[in-house]
This record gives sequence, C-alpha cells and structure tokens, in this order.
Amino acid sequence: MSENMRIDVHHVTRVEGHGNIVVNVTNGKIEKCEWQVPEAPRFFEAMVRARHYTEVARITSRICGICSVGHTLASVKATEDALGIRVSKQTKKLRQLLKHAENFDSHVLHVVFLVAPDLLGVPSVFPLAATHGDVVRRALRLKRFGHEWGSLLAGRTTHPTKVVPGGFSDLPTRADLANLRRRFTDEVLPDVKEILGTLLSVADKFPEFDRPTEYMAVHSDEEYGLYDGAVQTVLPDGTKQTYKVADYRSCTNEYLNAQSTAKWTKNKLASYMAGALARFNNNYDQLHPEAKKLARTLGLEPICTNPFLNSAAQAVEMVHSFHEGIRLTDELLAEGLQEEPPAMPTRYGEGSSAVEVPRGILFHHYTYDKNYICEGGDCIIPTNQNHANIQLDFEKLVPELLAAKKNEKEIEHGLEMLVRAYDPCISCSTHYLDVRFVR
Amino acid sequence: MAKVKVACFDFASCEGCQIELTNLGEAAFLGLLEHLEFVEFREAMSEKTRDPIDIAFIEGSFTRRADRARLEEIRKRAKTVIAYGSCATIGGINALKNHQKDYKAFVYGDKAEMPQLDTAAALPIHEAIQVDYKVHGCPMSQAEFVRIVSDLLHGKEPTIPNHPVCVECKLRETVCRYQVGDHCLGLAARAGCGAPCPADGVPCEACRGFVDHPNQAALERVLRDKGGLPPVRAFTKSRMWTACYRERE
Repeated sequence: MSENMRIDVHHVTRVEGHGNIVVNVTNGKIEKCEWQVPEAPRFFEAMVRARHYTEVARITSRICGICSVGHTLASVKATEDALGIRVSKQTKKLRQLLKHAENFDSHVLHVVFLVAPDLLGVPSVFPLAATHGDVVRRALRLKRFGHEWGSLLAGRTTHPTKVVPGGFSDLPTRADLANLRRRFTDEVLPDVKEILGTLLSVADKFPEFDRPTEYMAVHSDEEYGLYDGAVQTVLPDGTKQTYKVADYRSCTNEYLNAQSTAKWTKNKLASYMAGALARFNNNYDQLHPEAKKLARTLGLEPICTNPFLNSAAQAVEMVHSFHEGIRLTDELLAEGLQEEPPAMPTRYGEGSSAVEVPRGILFHHYTYDKNYICEGGDCIIPTNQNHANIQLDFEKLVPELLAAKKNEKEIEHGLEMLVRAYDPCISCSTHYLDVRFVR
Repeated sequence: MAKVKVACFDFASCEGCQIELTNLGEAAFLGLLEHLEFVEFREAMSEKTRDPIDIAFIEGSFTRRADRARLEEIRKRAKTVIAYGSCATIGGINALKNHQKDYKAFVYGDKAEMPQLDTAAALPIHEAIQVDYKVHGCPMSQAEFVRIVSDLLHGKEPTIPNHPVCVECKLRETVCRYQVGDHCLGLAARAGCGAPCPADGVPCEACRGFVDHPNQAALERVLRDKGGLPPVRAFTKSRMWTACYRERE
C-alpha cells in the first residue's frame, strides 16, 4: 500500500451534474476525504417569482432533465395545495402511471447505462456495443419504451407539456392505452427478463460495505410510496416515524457544514439517505410480488445498509413499476377516460408537496398571492439530501479500503462507484445554502 | 471511412438534452454510432481525451466567468462547435435571473456573497466562443439533432428554421390557442420543433427563442389584446425563454 495518496477526481463521470472527490493520505494518515459539489448555481427559487401559477411547473421542470416528470408533479402538487385545487381520481391514477414510467425509464438509464459498465469492468456503455451488443440494444429499446410510456401521458418525458395544475391538458386515447398495454407484455417483458438476467450474472460485483443510517421516503397506505403520501423515515433498528409533508423543514433540517459549502440535511442521525434503497427499506411490504422475488434473488432485504445496493434496489423498483404500470393501465382501460378540464384554484396561500423522483424524496413549496402569482419557492432535492450521507460513507469506506491494502486507483474507483450508486443528480441542485423568503 | 470524433460537454443546464440522446432508441442511436465515435461525454463515459475533436456538442449556458477558459479550450480542440438546447443557444430558462438583481440574496440569504456563488448573467454559448450550428429547443428536438448531424456527415449545410411556430400548427392542423381562449407565443417563436405544445393543449412559450427580427412589441400587444393577459404578465410571459433577446435591445 502506498503511504501517500492524492486522489482528485475533478468532475466524477457517469453521474448527472458536477461533483468532485478529493482524498489526501500522507504517511498512511487520511488528511482530507471530501465529496465536493461545484455545480453552477441556477437560482430557480428566485426565478419563479412573479410567475402565474400555470407557468411555475413549466419553469421548475427545467431544474432537472432526468427527473423533470417528478419535478413537474412535485410542482403542480405544491401549487394545487397552495391554491386549493382538487384533482380528480382519474388525474391521480394517470399521474401514478406517469410516475411509474419515470421510475422505470430513469432506472433503466442508471442501472444499465451508468452502473453496469462498472460491474462489467469497462469505462462506459460504448465499448459494450461491440462486446455486449444484444444487451445494449435491449437497453436502448427499454429506455425508448420508458420515454414513450411517459410521453403518452405527459406529452414528453423531458419537460412534460400535458401535466398542468388541476389535471392534464390532454388525455391519451383508448387506443393509445391499449397499445401501451399490449407492448408491456409483447415487447417489453422479454427485454426486461434478459436485462435482469445480465444484471444477476454480475450481481456479485457490487462491493461489500455497510454503514447503517436513517432512510427517508414517501409513505402511503395505498401503495408503495411514489406519487403521494406522508414523509417517513426508518432507522437501522426498524423504528419508523412519519411526518406531515407541510412540516418537511422539520425533518430535513438544512444546515451549513463548516467543512463544506453545500447545504446538507439531517434528521435523527448525522445524515440520512434518500433514493431507491430508502424507499425499499421503508416500504418493502408494498412492493409487487415479482419485485420482491427479484429482491430475494439479489439477496436484498430490508433494512439493507449497503449504499452500493441502491442500484440493486433500482432494479427491483424497475420490476415493480413495470407490473404496477400494467395494473394501472388495465384499470384505466376498464374504467374508460373522461374528458375533464383542469380543476381551478379555490383559495391562495402557501402549499407544499413531496414526490419520490428516481433518486429520492423531493420537496417543493410555493407561496401565491391573491392573483395566483408566485411569491417564491423552495425546492429540496434528493441529491442535496444525500450529500451528508455520501460524505459519511466516504469517511468509513476510505479507511476500510486502506486497511484492505487497496491502491490509489482502486480507492478512487471505489469512491466513484459509491457516488454513482446514489445516482446523484447534481444539476438538480437548486440551492446549496440558506433558503430565505424575502417578502 | 474513419468515424467522426465527437464529444459532449455540459455547462449550466438540466442535462435534459443529453437525456434526449438516450431517448433516440435503438435504430437512431446505433445508427449514429456507425458514423460517430464518442471520445468524451462525462455523463455517459469515463474515457477522456485531450486530442482534437471533429464535432463538440455543447449543452448549457455560459454563466460563470471561469467557464470562458473551458469553452475556449473546447473551441481550440474542435473543428466544429454545435450548441444544443436552449440554455446553450439562447441562454434558456437560466436567463430569467438576468432581470433580477436580488436573486442571490433571495435564495442564499446572508450567504449570498460566498465565492462559489459567483455567477453572472446566463448567456448563450456564442457570447463566449464562436458557435457554428445550433440545435434549438427545451429540450432540443431529437429529430433536428439527427438531421443536423446527418447533414454535416453528408457535407450538406444544415438549415435552421426561421419561420414562426404558427406555420407548424397550421401544417398539423392544430386549433389556435387564441381560438380556445388561451394565449400563445407561437406567432414570434422560432419553429422547427413541430409545434408539440399547442397540440398538447398548452401555449407555445418560445423555448427555441424568437425568429430573426421579432416584433416583440406586437407580440406583447397580442398577448394583451387577444390573449387577455394583464400588461405586466404580457411582458413577463413574452420573455420566459427569451430574456437574452431583450437585453440586447
């Protein structure tokens, strides 16, 4: 083992947005071990000011291109809460189906395009086109399907057009839904099976590592929490607690860390984790039986405390969303879709929402004046909630890797894989520091 | 024939235009890979290069002084530079903050002066370096991206549409938003997207920017008189994606 190490990964690759890893080891002693975020700040919370309520989600969806469906849903839900807009059961069901489309779509991208290269020992998906052409073709088909599934409901998946406060501006036709239903079983199921087979063949490549932490996710009595519900956390011993969405600030507790410039969050412990593994640990019982079956095959059970297995939990959720997609489509086909204009505001004030985006729990909050003009917003995105947890993982992982006599390259790769496992979405980062409302 | 070496770079953006590349599907994506060799693409691959590149695709706005050096370096290495997505071509949604003086204080309170928050007006990439072609849109149009790349591979000069979105609504027979009691920016917005928004039941917000020499005063007047927007909202609406056009007036 080298006694001296200088790891400086300036902009980690295969993650969305910009993050750096800095580790300095001198004479075997760790002097610095940091996860840094240098993303250009974009000030969305200020940009929504003076905007009409129908424009706000169109702006905040642009926070993130990968979870823009989730940002749109979080945004319209917070706006609906603030303005007393009550959506129909049909709208809720369509949005749930859309949420599953986003999770499926994003998890395919992350697990197959960004994480699989690590498990297969290549630097990116491009060399796989030559060596694993069939897998890449299936992955591209699944990604395209996720995009088309979401687009059927939202108009498009990158910055949806049809999702508006109060409902949808346009509905899919019955023929569209029937076609989606047919594709689930005829086209997509074989590709899902093959891709999962490939993943299972390299599942032993997930690094072994454990660091128990607190896990936060949306929880609903109706379903595995994604589109709507309360905030719930589970501790490593299984203790659960729920919080009202309106009280999100009391469980996220944003704070400024002396060692970092980024705003971090914590609740009961020094940090908490958001994302697929956090959802899995909180809501395992509500997963589809097929998803539970895959979890068992992967050896994944709650409470799982290995953050590297977040990618495995994403694969489990992919299966869950696939089957829930079928169920919801069947229900919509049986019930038939009614044309309904978007519901209208009944009051004004402030409102908040929590939605699970692929990489974790997302909060939006807005205040509106009597003309339904936005006075300001607050968005707490999952990646920012994970920064403290990533840092604490680093602090446990680096000494373990040093003790295991890993060299500089291996440690660097281990840390990059850890960051990637969180599926961070750094360009999402709407703010790093103090959020204050100036009225 | 040797493959064309291409690289993707990102600046202040949501990275959604890169995602649109992964949405191209099996045929188009693998078709592109028959002609293009990706040599650098941070979000998708760990490989990096310092070598010259044939085409650099740049996503995101130029918002920090420090980004200029990185952009100049890319320009030096690349034979052709293509800005893709509205953040890169027109400043995009990021430019909304260009009209505000207090945006830092609003979001970051008394920590607003911290150095990492150094950010100037959000500008299109061509404000920092020479840009050869633009793929407009928020997100960029997948079809237009493939067409422009295909044109370049065939030695054909790509054309960038310079007619308003209204033309494309007429072509696909979408009922005008003004006819259903809504408003729309399509009359001055640059087409090329296929006008999906009015067809999906929402107004065009000119995410691709304006046509050349837009009559912005008339646009505001139509938003007021035909769209029924109060004067303040007609003004703010008219610059949702086009804030950078205003500043140059």
